[in-house]
Amino acid sequence: MDIDVFVQLMGSSLRLATPLLLACLAGLFSERAGIFDIGLDGKMLAAAFAAGAVAAVSGSAWLGLLAGIGASMALSVVHGLASITLRGNQLISGVAINFLASGMTALIGQNWFHQGGQTPQLTADSRFLGIQLPFAEGLSSVPIVGPIYSNFISGHNILVYIALLTVPLTWWILFRTRFGLRLRAVGENPGAVDTAGISVVVQRYQAVLICGLLCGISGAYLSTGMSAGFVREMTAGKGFIALAALIFAKWKPWPALGACFLFGFLEAFGIRYQGFTIAGVTVPVQFMQALPYILTVVILAGFVGKAIPPKAGGQPYVKER
Amino acid sequence: MNDKLPRWVDLALIPLINLILAFLVAGLVVVFIGEDPIQAVRLLLVGSLGSSYGIGFTLYYATTFVFTGLAVAIAFHAGLFNIGGEGQAALGGIGATLVCLAFDWPHWTLALPFAILGACLFGAAWAFIPGYLQAKRGSHIVITTIMFNFIGAALVVYLLVNVLKVPGSMAPETRNFAEGTHLPFMHEILGVFGVAISKTPLNLSAFLALVGAFLTWLLIWRSRLGYEMRALGFSEPAAVYAGIDPVRVTIIAMVLSGAMAGMMALNVVMGFQHRLVLDYVGGAGFVGIAVALMGRNHPVGVVIAAILFGILYQGGAELAFDMPNISREMIVVIQALVILFTGALENLVRFPMERLFVKSGTRTG
Repeated sequence: MDIDVFVQLMGSSLRLATPLLLACLAGLFSERAGIFDIGLDGKMLAAAFAAGAVAAVSGSAWLGLLAGIGASMALSVVHGLASITLRGNQLISGVAINFLASGMTALIGQNWFHQGGQTPQLTADSRFLGIQLPFAEGLSSVPIVGPIYSNFISGHNILVYIALLTVPLTWWILFRTRFGLRLRAVGENPGAVDTAGISVVVQRYQAVLICGLLCGISGAYLSTGMSAGFVREMTAGKGFIALAALIFAKWKPWPALGACFLFGFLEAFGIRYQGFTIAGVTVPVQFMQALPYILTVVILAGFVGKAIPPKAGGQPYVKER
Repeated sequence: MNDKLPRWVDLALIPLINLILAFLVAGLVVVFIGEDPIQAVRLLLVGSLGSSYGIGFTLYYATTFVFTGLAVAIAFHAGLFNIGGEGQAALGGIGATLVCLAFDWPHWTLALPFAILGACLFGAAWAFIPGYLQAKRGSHIVITTIMFNFIGAALVVYLLVNVLKVPGSMAPETRNFAEGTHLPFMHEILGVFGVAISKTPLNLSAFLALVGAFLTWLLIWRSRLGYEMRALGFSEPAAVYAGIDPVRVTIIAMVLSGAMAGMMALNVVMGFQHRLVLDYVGGAGFVGIAVALMGRNHPVGVVIAAILFGILYQGGAELAFDMPNISREMIVVIQALVILFTGALENLVRFPMERLFVKSGTRTG
């Protein structure tokens, strides 16, 4: 494999990893605070639709992004209401949110644009396009460093860089701020946090809203960054791969980057080399598609290091009276 | 918790109010789209129950949902949330198909027992692994069953495209099954007795679904295993203290659940399509979640809820035809609202009810 092909493959891995990474970090905030979220996919889908629709109507990708975040956070509020205030089953709430997004986007999309649930094709200026970092042109002729810089590091749209910056930011918030300490504490031992006079409810709502914000960016990236418009079911289970990546990364931000990049790479590799042959055996495309899920099951089964979720995850907190 | 409330409030009133709320919100969605909800309900009911044709389709869909709903309910009783019905049903389809294609079956009565075995075995196998991993390794059943849905989907595509497809054909589907495997249609069965009804996909499997519901009732409330499952679902430490082996019960509950999900293959693959097509499950595994929640995990409730969803599926198709603004996805929205209000937001009604009844009754705590 020559260097150009390899760099291109890495570049597309990064682009495919971006929505996973944003959704994965979204889940990380929520689950670290003790709220399981299997509705990541639904929130992404709702955001992708809202972003695509608003960008098409207004002509502004940024307004689209805001709309996407709004739609996603609205679903977060529903999830928060169900799992924090009403102490309902968080998993069932997540399932409901996935179906709600799937049905509503298709229903409203068909009703609004009459294009079989799609939003109109976006023009170049209502999308997030790749940006050339400084010196990308000039350096591209330099061997090795040149192609890596101009094809792997430079040339992505702004949301890719935002996603990458979210990783250290998440690490800093969770492990270097008082807010982060409390957030992790309500996910491990909410009773102790409550005893210290801090509201578990407020803390958990904040986490769930951050989760909505990041899922919103992730969804907007799908419809206004990676492609030019919304298509029905366009998340195609990406929210679940993000969930898988979160477990794979054992609920930590930097490993989340690694896991998402790995899953992005598997997808990019699968697209580029459909049915490749290794040691005389042709590996089916379907195997490559299933690989992230298989890897996650292996990790979950604890055969390769144990994945231990936050202790109070999934349990509603009942304040003592 | 439950002892605060009279039994009828807990079992009947609260689910009913939740359901009404779900349909009220669905009505608001219809208003928002700019259609008349009353007219929509009328079209829905006429389309699904207004003719023997409509009823046949409604009950055909309901049959499928009884199987997937019971699958979710069985696991729920043991405290397990099996979201993997979709994948287990897909694998069940492979099992039933392999049996149907294996021989040139002379008569369906001979093929049926083996097809049931095949569907159950494959569906159960796909639930066994998550069940085993939950019981032995503590891997969260919800996550593993989600993963197994995706792995199962990929596996079925691979098998259909590379192994089971008719050579030279482009369509990812198997060849047609031999005549001797076709389950009799309801219009054929009733035709024998001189009753003429419209030709619909409704077939013998509808009776199998009722048998399945009865066996589930026997299992959960009249067998030792069912008692152990409910004890485990209620409190694991208490069950262990009572000498119940959680590993064994968890695995058995999942295997039974997966087998029940696989049974839907009989209705769709062996009863109607007579070949295996790509994605024959089509979301029915997920509908099972809504059906089980709505039916409060009781077989009778599951059958009623499955018929309601059958009405929604058949009536929704007719509705989409008459009111083009309301596309078929409206069904998915209603399904979501039912899951949301009867499952996740249940306490929206329960908390005020508890306050109401505790205030008016005597305080015990």
